[in-house]
Amino acid sequence: MKNKTNILGRLIKDIFLSNPLVFILSIICVLLSSVGIIIAPIMLQEIVNNVVEPAINGDLANWQEPLINNIIILATCYCVALIGTFSYTQLTQNLGNNFMQKTRERCFSHMQDLPIKFFDQHNHGDIMSIYTNDIDSIRQFAANSLPVMFNSSFIVLVNFILMITIYSVWLAIVVLIGVIAMLFVTKIVGSRSSRNYVTQQKMIGKIEGFIEENMNGLKVIKSFCHEEESKKDFDKVNSDLFIAATNANKFGNILMPILGNIGNIVYIAIAIVSGIFLVLQGQNYNIISGLQKTLEIGTIVAFLTVTRQVTYNFSEVANQVNSIALAIGGSKRVYALIDEKPEEDNGYVKLVKAKYDEKGNIIECPKDSKDFTIWAWKHPHTADNSVTYQKLEGDIRMFGVDFSYDNKNIVLHDITLYAEPGQKVAFVGATGAGKTTITNLLNRFYDIADGKIRYDGININKICKKDLRRSIGMVLQDTSLFSGTVMDNIRYGQLDATDEQCIEAAKLANAHDFIERLPHGYQTMLTGDGTNLSQGQRQLLSIARCALHNAPVMILDEATSSIDTRTEALVTKGMDNLMKGRTVFVIAHRLSTIQNSDVIMVLDHGRIIERGDHNSLIAEQGVYYQLYTGAFELE
Amino acid sequence: MTNSKSEKKVPFMLYVKTLLKSVRQYKKETFLTMLFVGLETILECVIPFIMMLLINDIEAYSQATGMETLYKILTWAAVLLVLAGFSLTCGILSGRFCAFASVGFSRNLRQDIYYKIQTFSFTNIDKFSVSSLVTRQTTDIMNIQLAYFLVIRIAVRSVLMLIFSIVMAFIAAPSIAWIYLILVPVLFGVLLIIVLICYPIYSAGFKKYDKLNESIQENVKGMRTVKTYVREDYEKEKFHNQAYSLQKFFKKADRLAALSSPILQFFMWTSMLCIISIGSFLIIQNNFDGVENGMTVGALTSLITYGAQCLSSIMMVTMILTMIIMSLESIHRVYEVLTEENKLLEENVGGAKLTNLDDGSIEYKDVYFRYDNTSEKYALEDINLKVKSGQTLGIIGATGSSKSTLVNLLPRFFEVTKGSLTIGGHDIKEYDIRSLREQIGMVLQKNILFSGTIKDNLLWGNKDASDEQIVKACKIAQADEFIRNFKDGYNSRVEQGGTNLSGGQKQRLCIARAIIKNPKILILDDSTSAVDTKTDAFIRDGLKRVCPNTTKIIIAQRISSVQDCDQIIVMKDGKIDGIGNHDYLVKNNDIYKDIYNIQNKIGGNQE
Repeated sequence: MKNKTNILGRLIKDIFLSNPLVFILSIICVLLSSVGIIIAPIMLQEIVNNVVEPAINGDLANWQEPLINNIIILATCYCVALIGTFSYTQLTQNLGNNFMQKTRERCFSHMQDLPIKFFDQHNHGDIMSIYTNDIDSIRQFAANSLPVMFNSSFIVLVNFILMITIYSVWLAIVVLIGVIAMLFVTKIVGSRSSRNYVTQQKMIGKIEGFIEENMNGLKVIKSFCHEEESKKDFDKVNSDLFIAATNANKFGNILMPILGNIGNIVYIAIAIVSGIFLVLQGQNYNIISGLQKTLEIGTIVAFLTVTRQVTYNFSEVANQVNSIALAIGGSKRVYALIDEKPEEDNGYVKLVKAKYDEKGNIIECPKDSKDFTIWAWKHPHTADNSVTYQKLEGDIRMFGVDFSYDNKNIVLHDITLYAEPGQKVAFVGATGAGKTTITNLLNRFYDIADGKIRYDGININKICKKDLRRSIGMVLQDTSLFSGTVMDNIRYGQLDATDEQCIEAAKLANAHDFIERLPHGYQTMLTGDGTNLSQGQRQLLSIARCALHNAPVMILDEATSSIDTRTEALVTKGMDNLMKGRTVFVIAHRLSTIQNSDVIMVLDHGRIIERGDHNSLIAEQGVYYQLYTGAFELE
Repeated sequence: MTNSKSEKKVPFMLYVKTLLKSVRQYKKETFLTMLFVGLETILECVIPFIMMLLINDIEAYSQATGMETLYKILTWAAVLLVLAGFSLTCGILSGRFCAFASVGFSRNLRQDIYYKIQTFSFTNIDKFSVSSLVTRQTTDIMNIQLAYFLVIRIAVRSVLMLIFSIVMAFIAAPSIAWIYLILVPVLFGVLLIIVLICYPIYSAGFKKYDKLNESIQENVKGMRTVKTYVREDYEKEKFHNQAYSLQKFFKKADRLAALSSPILQFFMWTSMLCIISIGSFLIIQNNFDGVENGMTVGALTSLITYGAQCLSSIMMVTMILTMIIMSLESIHRVYEVLTEENKLLEENVGGAKLTNLDDGSIEYKDVYFRYDNTSEKYALEDINLKVKSGQTLGIIGATGSSKSTLVNLLPRFFEVTKGSLTIGGHDIKEYDIRSLREQIGMVLQKNILFSGTIKDNLLWGNKDASDEQIVKACKIAQADEFIRNFKDGYNSRVEQGGTNLSGGQKQRLCIARAIIKNPKILILDDSTSAVDTKTDAFIRDGLKRVCPNTTKIIIAQRISSVQDCDQIIVMKDGKIDGIGNHDYLVKNNDIYKDIYNIQNKIGGNQE
């Protein structure tokens, strides 16, 4: 409960901070708008007491003037209130929208800075639902619920004070009892309803999972004539949802009628009590000594209206219960994302453009220089304030590297390897042997537990992460393409590349031919992660992207099992082009692509169990030999 | 169907008629909801009227009528209490019935769609994408449920409230009530204009919003790529631009929609001002100038209440209209599924009576096939092929050469367009479709397992299979060994989508599942791609030994998977490019030769 209040408090604070001026202005406008609602019954009372009553009782002299005066006052109040309402609805709508926009960008921006670990540990669907559901529930809260709550609570409060001060304490107590009863009902019904809504939400998730699974497997269902069983299973899940949803809706639906009728009952009680007062007063039974003022008919009429307002506005507040619960749930997840610790980068060795001077020393070139010949590591030394430069070559060495994802299960044991510039190193092993993990360590998606990794002789922990990653190209197992043209997707490798450079890279990767055959060539739009391309074509595009990136070190994590042989030949050729002159780490699934590697490492449960080139490994007749002859399958 | 917009317009009433068929057993609840909502609304309109009478009595109080007034007040109070009690009961009852009616309706509707989809042919399935079918059964149904709820509860209430409030206003004070007859239509008109302006903006905005979410999803999925290329800042800026333009788009509509609240207030207060000024004037006139207009203080207050009620119900009515307009797209999508025609099934109802395949012999005679009767290109052209029962047929060819299409004709997932297809000596149209499918084992390209235990999944093949039969099939499929290595053996759980199994394991389980069927024809559609060559050979060998009478069709990428087949066909662009055994094709077919050379050059052994 405390936690909930904290989150709500933080949310309101953030909304306030997003634009304090508009927030305060909105509050003022909300208050102004309440004026009309509060003033109306008072004026009505004035008119009845001071104009109509005297007139009825025979005082015919100038009743028109006070009536007109009162009505002008009322109209003025209404105008002010109307301006208030107009302004606050516009302001809060803006505030809510801007806040949503800010929150969304804040989440996205923050997400970009999170370590890969976060994405490996969280379900992508859960991350997505922050953007699709949670942020919107916060907007609803900021733009609608918050002003309504504020407006209504203010009206309730002011009316209540009015009741006590101008009208009658005794009648106010009757109303108070009613409000307490309403509070009680809201608490009971509301908590049941929101509890059941949670169950309903869970059931919706379950049925969505079920439907998705069965729609995916629809063809299997048909080929096994499994329709009847599938229907039966569906009926079960569907009726579970039915039970949960009716429970949730039952309570949700009855809250309003109950509150409304408690309001009616309060109204009736006031009528009875005031009627009794009135009569007793007439009979001069002034039994209640505290009742100083005599009740006038006009007062009773006005009080009844005020009573209606109090109960009505209270229901309005109660009506926001579900939306508040949603906002709390939503902001909890949003804040969990925002509070997630961003990736740290303590590296100070930077990658800079450079060239050799006459004496053969490396000198740094300005950032936007076009006339540079090499890239170099700029290594500042704090001890003597000097800077040394080291040419970027792509020499990678690992010494006794240990690694564990969770500090419990060791995934890599004592990995030692050398990759000199231009060499090709291959990793072979079953799923879970640690192949991909090694590459995760190279570009510091994860940090090693023990041992050392050096890049061109520099400990990679000292290298600025962004520069380290810039110097390592990757073709990943799952190619991700982004919405945009084919050209855009290639250009992702180097944002300032010209069209010609992109096409050049595509040619190198063997992707040019198929791209030309697409309906709009390089300008073909790719949507939904490039679903309009085949697996092989996607792979070729990502190779082209990597070729454009032109890094001295390359990691190829290939997955070509679903590609037909001819396309595979194309992909292989593209990869071969790409690998020339670079230090390459290949994660192999098909042994054919790695036969010509300088070193092949066979991994098993995080250890290198065999190493050597193809011929020596075949001669060894070990695991590699068995794999090669097809006696083993890699899973 | 993505281009639903281009579909011809369906009259709204037809939507209603089709969808309402799913109300079924909840007709009673629906009716009771409306009845009790109606009663509740009437009571809510009567209550202020009685309150007016009560106030009139208070007003008429004088010293002389003292106790008499008190009795009157108490009488009215008692009446009011009874009415409030009734209103409460009706409100609670309508709320409960409404929960059953709306949720029940959506349950039936979801069930109807699900059942309908189960009858789809492959043509139907391919027409809708998987994700669109999921949306239709989840989000769309939820939208329709909400619309139904709004109509049977809130719409009934608002419309009745509107009518009764006006009627009661006339009963209370006919001399002023006419004001509402002017204000109500004007307010309705103004609100409607706002809705009509906002709706297109919103519906276009939601599409943009979907796009934004799609690109977030791409970003989340491709985070490794983003980080590898150090494109975090680029992504941030890209997102900022996209989100900002969306925001600007929505802002306009949101601000316009936000106008409805001050507009409603404006109308309410205008009516209040009119009523108070005219009302006071009339009351005084009533008392003095001898003009009998029946205006009293009580009538004044109740008039104000009725005014507020009928103006806010107008607001509700427009809101509901908006929601219904918004849910039209969902309604359309659900309607599309419910009215989707399945020709295959209808023809089946007629003469097909053969239930037993005599043997597994297959003959394609001049078979042509196209997916769509309007398309010019045939997916399969001029297919002539004979396979004897018990033989093995290999099919090889590039992606998109219609290999899968060719075998999908056998279980009648698709219907032959031209020519004839005979199984076991009879045209396939003579078979009962279910019996036909039960005797054809098919392992699809996509390996789908369902959440449950491994055994549950295997029993799909034959729910009465004994444990020995299961183990036997798994041994043929080379799956028995790895299953036994799991902690719970055959009772190990398979996660949704089979994510806890490797590709090769899934493929072998799928093969075992098909073998348990003990089919006359077994089709393996590229089902061993993730299995190593040795295991692959074991599987083929096992099939040959254990099921000598089953006709086996193997589609593969690897020459090694098909080279022992009795007959191999090479597919190219929907036609048979070559037919014969391995030795013949290596010599006489260019495509086959090519593939063979590529695969042999690189060792022929993969994985």
